[in-house]
Amino acid sequence: MNAVYIIIGIVVILLIMMASTYNGLVRLRNRVRNAWAQIDVQLKRRHDLIPNLVETAKGYMTHERGTFEAVTKARNLAQKAVGTGVGAQSKAEGELSSALARLLVVVENYPDLKANQNFLALQEELTSTENKIGFSRQYYNDSVLRYNNKTQMFPSNMMAGMMGFKASEFFEVTAAEEREAPKVSFS
Amino acid sequence: MWEQIRSNQIRSVILVAGMAALLLLMGYFLGLYFLDSGTGGVIIALIIWAVMNLVAFFQGDNILLALSKARKIKRDDYPRLYNIVEEMRIASGLERMPDIYIIDDPALNAFATGRDPNRAAIAVTSGLLQKLNRDELQGVIGHEIAHVNNRDVLLMSLCGILLGTIVILSWYATHMLFFSSMSGGRRSSSSGGGQAQLIILAVGIILMILAPIAAQLIYFAISRKREYLADSSSALYTRYPEGLASALEKLAASTAPVKSANQSSAPMYIINPFRKKGRAASDLSSTHPPISERIRILRSMAGGASLADYDSAFRQVHKGGRGVISPSAVAGAGAVSLRPAVPEAARREAELGKVERTREVSDLMWHLNNYKTITCACGTKLKIPPKLKSANVKCPHCGRVNRV
Repeated sequence: MNAVYIIIGIVVILLIMMASTYNGLVRLRNRVRNAWAQIDVQLKRRHDLIPNLVETAKGYMTHERGTFEAVTKARNLAQKAVGTGVGAQSKAEGELSSALARLLVVVENYPDLKANQNFLALQEELTSTENKIGFSRQYYNDSVLRYNNKTQMFPSNMMAGMMGFKASEFFEVTAAEEREAPKVSFS
Repeated sequence: MWEQIRSNQIRSVILVAGMAALLLLMGYFLGLYFLDSGTGGVIIALIIWAVMNLVAFFQGDNILLALSKARKIKRDDYPRLYNIVEEMRIASGLERMPDIYIIDDPALNAFATGRDPNRAAIAVTSGLLQKLNRDELQGVIGHEIAHVNNRDVLLMSLCGILLGTIVILSWYATHMLFFSSMSGGRRSSSSGGGQAQLIILAVGIILMILAPIAAQLIYFAISRKREYLADSSSALYTRYPEGLASALEKLAASTAPVKSANQSSAPMYIINPFRKKGRAASDLSSTHPPISERIRILRSMAGGASLADYDSAFRQVHKGGRGVISPSAVAGAGAVSLRPAVPEAARREAELGKVERTREVSDLMWHLNNYKTITCACGTKLKIPPKLKSANVKCPHCGRVNRV
């Protein structure tokens, strides 16, 4: 009689442990998805801001057609990459980031533009959107690390394998030089 | 990050439970002495506590914000602040955007409020907006968001209410004791338990004196711990501890007290709103750790921005001993690299100078007070008070007449 109770007890404890592992995995996976949605919102915001910025700055910066074209091109490529997976999208967005950084460096040579209220507001928006992309990427990668650890470590990896929880991809900054602040050369 | 909050909560909950036990013990002995029933005393203590809780639960945020005369702002009122708060919200993974308030006060300070992370508010003084650059403001806001995310507001108001109940109870008990002994002692008829009476009285008096002091010390200990924790979280969110360090330096340099702060709201501010110059923050009776120490810890974070890095910096500043962050939290997370500093010259180019910032903030304050702004043809900005009746205003600078 006693043995039966012990076995029932062990089974119940095992079930509870499995349920909480499963719930933990779901929670972490939802956090990853949620974090990705946050990045998406900010990337979309950046795509929307760029035409405005180019339109405002064009009138002042008549000699910088190449820079504008690079930004517009990178933006269109990035927009096309939406929904093609984390790897491809992070690459396209990384290129857009560096094109934008080059544009904002050139802006320093146009004091008239820097006095334009409209442009200043846009610049604040763009700076902040860049920051938000960075912070949401940071949070996303944190969440992915946590989720991946859970799917790969014992004993939760058994549950993850059974229920089809796959590891997520990190949102990487493509090239090392893009992480550093752009340098101005006076040659 | 999440484990850390939880395990620190456990430690804090133990301290809160200690305070609660103190309250019940006091209620019991006072009840035994005054009402002849320990249970009665406990019930009275619980009723006082419950009433204070109810008031704080439903009105706490509003009372605090109203007391500080804080004005709520929208995104368009001051996009830079709104953006910074949103950046930190994203970095911390907080789901709902907190409300943002501005306190019209030249002192430099900020606080967070809101019982649960989904109904939080952050308030900053206008002086803070004027004096801090973007990185510094980001560090301060990160600290406040950390208070929200770590549920410090809830914890500190629970503690504050317990402390308040203990203080109220011992205050009344002292007075009742005084008056009852003036009127020749009560219950002299109940002879017999004279010895026991005396012991109860003695314990009661000791509790009345010591309980408020002990509760206060516990309260301060919890508060200081949460400050360190919020600093470490801010460094983790921003990846740039120097921002908060340099903000704290500016905050330390200005000693104007926040006019609208009071003792109970003090732990919610980023630095103690009442500190005086020249007086070293005493160790046990302060809601905040000494600012210089907080700065030194942040600046010692050479290896990275993770909680583990903060912890080792803390230990380095304290020359060994225990850290502030529980080991379980430090173990789980990966390495976190610091964000490189933007060169000073480049930042000065990209950002508003002190003068522009001051002008911007003062324009905001006029706007929040319902003043209209008209730009005269000569470039002067005219501030029109909301009560002005006449339709035309003469520019004091060039004499042109402007329509309102």
